[in-house]
Amino acid sequence: MSKILENTLQWVDARFPLTKMWEEHLSKYYAPKNFNFWYYFGSLALLVLVIQIVTGIFLTMNYKPDGELAFRSVEYIMRDVEWGWLIRYMHSTGASMFFVVVYLHMFRGLMYGSYQKPRELIWIFGMLIYLALMAEAFMGYLLPWGQMSYWGAQVIISLFGAIPFGIGDALTLWLKGDYIISDATLNRFFALHVIAVPLILLMLVVAHILALHEVGSNNPDGVEIKKKKDENGIPLDGIPFHPYYTVKDIFGVAIFLIVFFAIVFFAPEMYGYFLEYVNYVPADPLKTPEHIAPVWYFTPYYAILRAIPDKLGGVIAMGAAIVVLFFLPWIDRSNVRSIRFRSWMYKLNLAVFVVAFVLLGVVGIKPPDEPWKTIGIVCTILYFGFFVALWLISKYENTKPVPERVEYDAH
Amino acid sequence: MSSENVVNAGSFSTANIDKGRRRFLIATTSVVGAVGVVGLATPFISSMLPSAKAKAAGAPVEADISKLEPGQLVTYEWRGKPVWIVRRTDDALKSLSSVVDKLRDPESDESLQPEYTKNTWRSINKEYLVLIGVCTHLGCSPTYMPEIEGDWRGGFFCPCHGSKFDFAGRVYKGVPAPLNLEVPPHHFLSDNRILIGEDGVA
Amino acid sequence: MMHIKRFIFAGLIATVMPMGALAAGIGFPLDRAPVDFENKASLQRGAQTFMNYCLGCHSADYHRYNRMAIDLDLTEDQVRENLIFTTDASGEPTKVGSLIENNMPDEYAKQVFGVVPPNLTLIAKSRGADWLYTYLRTFYLDSSRETVGVNNKVFPDVGMPHVLWELQGWQKPIYEKATDSHGEEHKQFVGFEQVTEGKLSPKEYDKLVGDLVNFLAYLSDPYKLQRERTGMWVLAFLVLLAIFAYILKKEYWRDVH
Repeated sequence: MSKILENTLQWVDARFPLTKMWEEHLSKYYAPKNFNFWYYFGSLALLVLVIQIVTGIFLTMNYKPDGELAFRSVEYIMRDVEWGWLIRYMHSTGASMFFVVVYLHMFRGLMYGSYQKPRELIWIFGMLIYLALMAEAFMGYLLPWGQMSYWGAQVIISLFGAIPFGIGDALTLWLKGDYIISDATLNRFFALHVIAVPLILLMLVVAHILALHEVGSNNPDGVEIKKKKDENGIPLDGIPFHPYYTVKDIFGVAIFLIVFFAIVFFAPEMYGYFLEYVNYVPADPLKTPEHIAPVWYFTPYYAILRAIPDKLGGVIAMGAAIVVLFFLPWIDRSNVRSIRFRSWMYKLNLAVFVVAFVLLGVVGIKPPDEPWKTIGIVCTILYFGFFVALWLISKYENTKPVPERVEYDAH
Repeated sequence: MSSENVVNAGSFSTANIDKGRRRFLIATTSVVGAVGVVGLATPFISSMLPSAKAKAAGAPVEADISKLEPGQLVTYEWRGKPVWIVRRTDDALKSLSSVVDKLRDPESDESLQPEYTKNTWRSINKEYLVLIGVCTHLGCSPTYMPEIEGDWRGGFFCPCHGSKFDFAGRVYKGVPAPLNLEVPPHHFLSDNRILIGEDGVA
Repeated sequence: MMHIKRFIFAGLIATVMPMGALAAGIGFPLDRAPVDFENKASLQRGAQTFMNYCLGCHSADYHRYNRMAIDLDLTEDQVRENLIFTTDASGEPTKVGSLIENNMPDEYAKQVFGVVPPNLTLIAKSRGADWLYTYLRTFYLDSSRETVGVNNKVFPDVGMPHVLWELQGWQKPIYEKATDSHGEEHKQFVGFEQVTEGKLSPKEYDKLVGDLVNFLAYLSDPYKLQRERTGMWVLAFLVLLAIFAYILKKEYWRDVH
């Protein structure tokens, strides 16, 4: 039996680099042994991507991308299709959990300087994934064709109208394919949501992982493990990804799924944060809901948009808030990666950034009244201030000496 | 991992492995994981079964046969398929015994019908034949040809590939259709009403 | 490190306030609706009221009678005999496998009410059960609205007439003079006063509306009980998987030093 398997493997290996790929990316990919809690979120993001693709495929079997039928077809899935409610709630919960996982994954990168040389491209691919994910989520949210779907899309598409010289108006008309958001818009968003953006996402994920495996993983100490290797070329602080991190990630997956399914089965709307209650009313182009708030993962940027009292200015600020993240590898001029060996100023700066980002998220959910308006303005300043401060601090801060080897207690 | 390829590197060593324990743990975790995958796959696969809407559309159909003349055929739709109800004449019933040697499955042993219609006339009540009007060859709908003349003893003829069936939907030898026409589950609600799509209460 | 974590948790807690609170912007305090999907008798009574009083104008046609039969512990015959009052396109009584549709054409409804009355299948999601429970009990006589003469406390200037008036009778609001913190006098609503008796006592009426809202809540989330039952099993299974995965991880990580 094992002889047959071995022969089959040899036959394949002569024609396709199966064993080679297995070794390069798993069994002989040496990752630092000191990964902590924060390092679960990369593999979890991959898991959520798979959940979204599989549940998405099954949803398209019954969903109808038609202005007349879309809302009803979602309720058809929720009621008439066997287990349809489970598939739909997994997809809607997956959308929000994708952002939870990705935000934590990005924060890990910030804390441990994972974007620094030579990992700039990993960061940039990651940012592109984040952008694609936002596009994917935005277009997916239109598909249930509820009031929030409709008016949320209306607001976001109108943002492009802020571009001067008549370009904006032409662009919004082109995006909508009609004078209002209509069946044409829904139909093209469906095409982009189920085919175009997922393809881009998959390619970017491959690029992200290839770039990571080319330079190797960073770690909580920010020490480059490839600098110290044994006589066989294995990093002294490295352990093969498989089996050590595969078994560890399986444990992470189990814990994550407990949280995920607790939401799916017991609070699928997450009190209106994952699925907004207003979206249970079919889209009505003649009636705007009293209060429009985007889904929680967009609210920080929405708050920045509203903090600027000028239409074009708001759009530029919102765009800049995302674009500036791309330049992080060059804004941070320090040679020390990990927060563990950086100055108190750096730590304070990062803490303020996190608080500002979370508060912006809260502000974006609230109606534009005081005190939230002021908080929004202050946090917008703090958000951009983080990058300015980082640029300055990273040049002049007093860092602690970085050890030669990673710190690991095998207990 | 056999003892020849023990790895001793800076941060890990596979020298002191309790292989039995490890194999056991992998097996148990894999079994639990596999149960999970099967459990999760089940709702996804069953979501592809007919939905409540399809089931409602496929609900039993009631047929009123009070106005059916001898020799007449009426068609009802059940689950999107034509269902025929034929009121057979005495001549038609007589013809059933005269064609037996020309039939492929005269006793309906291989064909599909509810147990209560597995008889010579393939029906509950001799007079009324209930059939799914779909040829067992490639799914065309045969034509009703009740005239008994010359060699033709009456029955159904499929225009697509020339399959022939007698007055009980039994297939002739030497035609492409392999089986007799299918009888759907049905029962009499009263003398004049037939419910198609549901077996009678036993 | 520690303080960053603490900040994150503080942020999370600040965020975990139900969005539903935003929906009720008018500030009238809502009463808690007696929602209990296990109480089949209440759901059955609610269904009865719904089919008699609501389905005339409103539709609930995302849901099916036969699904409702299963969830309310009714047989299909019971539903056919007691809860189906509509007819289908051929003039026959609506089939038990059909959607819960009303018999009022949209065009006609538009003529009579100016708008098509909203579909009620999901109303308990978009409005909230408490809102509905309060809304259906706070219709009052209002002579300032000349054409209808009726108003509502949680939905001011509502277009819907008080369909249940025969049961509740009519009430009017009582106002008292009160002084606010700025020393200005204003009218404050303190309660209702019964003007004409209805067929039901106020207590019976509350119960009827409670059952009705319970049914509406069921309509908006028909798989809740099944979902939560399945959820318990799934979570128990995942805890088991996590335990095995943890032991396996521990075993492999003994190699790492």
